[in-house]
Amino acid sequence: MTMQKEEIKLPNEIIEYIEKNSNKKGFEIMILHKIQEIYGYVPRKIAMELSRKLNIPLAKIYGIITFYHIFKLNKPGKYRISVCMGTACYLKGGEDILGEIENILGIGVNSTTEDGIFSIEIVRCIGCCGIAPAIVINNKVYGNLKKDQLIEILSEYTKIEGKEIKND
Amino acid sequence: MTEKEKNKIKILINKKEIEVDENLTILDAAKHARIKIPTLCKHEDLHATGACGICVVKVEGMKKLVRSCTTPIQENMSIITHDAELHEVRKNVIELILSNHPNECLTCLRNGSCELQRFAEEFGIREKFFKPLIVEKSKDLSTKAIVVDAKKCIKCGRCVDVCQKIQEVWALEFINRGFDMRIAPAGDILLSDSPCIKCGQCSAHCPVGALIEYEETDKVWNALRDENLYPVVQIAPAVRVAFGESFGLLPGTITTKKIYALLRKLGFKAVFDTNFGADVTIMEEATEFYERYQLNRNKLPLITSCCPSWVDYLEKYYPELIEHFSTVKSPHQITGVLTKTYFAQKNNIDPGKIFMVSIMPCTAKKYEISRTDEMFASGFQDVDVSLTTRELVRMAYSGGIDFERLEEEEPDEILGNYSGAGTIFGTTGGVMEAALRTAYYLFTGKNLEKIELNEIRGLDGIKKANIKVDSKEIKVCIAHGIGNIKKVLDEIKESKTKKVKPPYDFIEVMACPGGCVAGGGQPYQISDKLRIQRSNGIYNDDKQQQVRFSHENPMVKKLYEEFLGKPLSKKSHQLLHTKYKPRPIYYK
Repeated sequence: MTMQKEEIKLPNEIIEYIEKNSNKKGFEIMILHKIQEIYGYVPRKIAMELSRKLNIPLAKIYGIITFYHIFKLNKPGKYRISVCMGTACYLKGGEDILGEIENILGIGVNSTTEDGIFSIEIVRCIGCCGIAPAIVINNKVYGNLKKDQLIEILSEYTKIEGKEIKND
Repeated sequence: MTEKEKNKIKILINKKEIEVDENLTILDAAKHARIKIPTLCKHEDLHATGACGICVVKVEGMKKLVRSCTTPIQENMSIITHDAELHEVRKNVIELILSNHPNECLTCLRNGSCELQRFAEEFGIREKFFKPLIVEKSKDLSTKAIVVDAKKCIKCGRCVDVCQKIQEVWALEFINRGFDMRIAPAGDILLSDSPCIKCGQCSAHCPVGALIEYEETDKVWNALRDENLYPVVQIAPAVRVAFGESFGLLPGTITTKKIYALLRKLGFKAVFDTNFGADVTIMEEATEFYERYQLNRNKLPLITSCCPSWVDYLEKYYPELIEHFSTVKSPHQITGVLTKTYFAQKNNIDPGKIFMVSIMPCTAKKYEISRTDEMFASGFQDVDVSLTTRELVRMAYSGGIDFERLEEEEPDEILGNYSGAGTIFGTTGGVMEAALRTAYYLFTGKNLEKIELNEIRGLDGIKKANIKVDSKEIKVCIAHGIGNIKKVLDEIKESKTKKVKPPYDFIEVMACPGGCVAGGGQPYQISDKLRIQRSNGIYNDDKQQQVRFSHENPMVKKLYEEFLGKPLSKKSHQLLHTKYKPRPIYYK
């Protein structure tokens, strides 16, 4: 079966949104925001369906999604770890913090652990320069971080999920 | 260009007053004054993007340098295009581009034809000034026709513009931004999974080696030294009027017989001409048109199918029009299959040992040779390797051939003899003109008095004409450049949904603007001027032929007498016709 033949229906919510807004300027970006709001990212199948529905080339949609950092191509984890790389955090060792998180989880930036629990992304200044280096996990801020604290912080979340971090 | 009256204004370029059209950019105005401002991103066929920054000039009264490709001229504007300071600025820009361009010139396919390399040489850049910062990215060879080597991309945007705005295929787009920006097929998939139709216009416009043809000269060299093989070759119509450019000859110079000689020198045992195949295509296609017109009108318009990029496009985007496609194979596939059947039988050669190479102006022919099972009608792959004109140029140079002094030679019989109708296949409008010459004969039993159909020649994107055939009027349409073709197809689609008579009876399509003379595999530096020069060469070749009608080609007659019977016979259908099927636009 080829992609083209598969019927992937856009959710009603999106179709209604398209009908309501399709004549507005910058509409493509609005609809992509809506999709991300629903799925947490822009799934390829939805992007493809959108391309068909709106008669916009898929290449153009991907041009937009990859141009703006806010759009995600991969499904984020249940807990989104945002590592601050603003000037203060960067100078205070933000890169080391990032490296350690990558080591512990075994994944890189903009990817999600296999079990879907964590994903890592880089953000610019989060306004917590006074407690640099800092990270945010979903909406909770962790500041004045040292590398050896990270395993404990991440374990809090794996415990909630009834899992353990495999540290090898 | 329209002939509308344009207002002229006076400007000063390098302190010299000139008068030019008011709506030009500085870059184009300078061109009128025969001053060449260097640029890597602006191409005559394409929109100005201001991406590269090399075309900067000084304008009196402006504090900053301006990019001449995007700045319109104004009355009494005083412009300096070249001086020592501009030289330094441009040199710096080139050095910056070189800092993220791999230093692989020696092993790059564009070595010697690269526009960036030329500037590096002209501007005297002898060492890398900035610390190199190269992003590794593996090559995408998936189409086996076009290679994407994103590592070498200088982000000029020409390929994206030609793919999106001229061809309207939208296979290529920039993804990411800033330093991470790069070209990628729709959402970073393989090119073969994308809407790419392999036309190669991206490679014809790329200033560097980021988009190139899938090179197969080694395969051919290996076949030429393999004693078990019988290497045979054919050349396409458009090759003969462009090949000479790479040897200092003027565009449009006809070098057919020198190319035959060259191919024999390289070691081919038989030299054929795709033009012969074109004559056979016409016999079949004109008969197909005649039969549909007389018996099966609802299958009109008949749409030509010689162009593999166009075939790929239609299968992907307009599968509902497949029944309108001519089922006749393209001339090079016909020459291929006849070589491995008719020629092999006649000369007692094992077709399994024949190695058929086609020299094409085209990158998509590399895709066509294994497109469907019908491309193996002889029981073997009918064409083993398809090379671009550019690849043959390289073989000629490395083969030590003094092209200029080569004595002209004749092709081998009988798949080498062609009529004027066969040769004009290489330019937009040519297939239609050739088909009409024979269709007219089929309808009336007479030949056209005025052989040359000037109304369907030239570079207009969509050409329409009504051709009088006795009391009938055949409505024809010719489109080239996929963007133009879309408009015509939508008209047909509309007439089908409304169940009214379609506006045309016969449509010719070529994917590349200008047709095969400006194909994706032709020598570089394409422009409208070059398109016209090469196409004039093709029409001159037609004029020089004693036989101007496919149906009068004595060798074509012989082929039908000895082998095929008549056009659209059972044997013709077995060997010379193909099938089409809907294909997905995206495979992933």
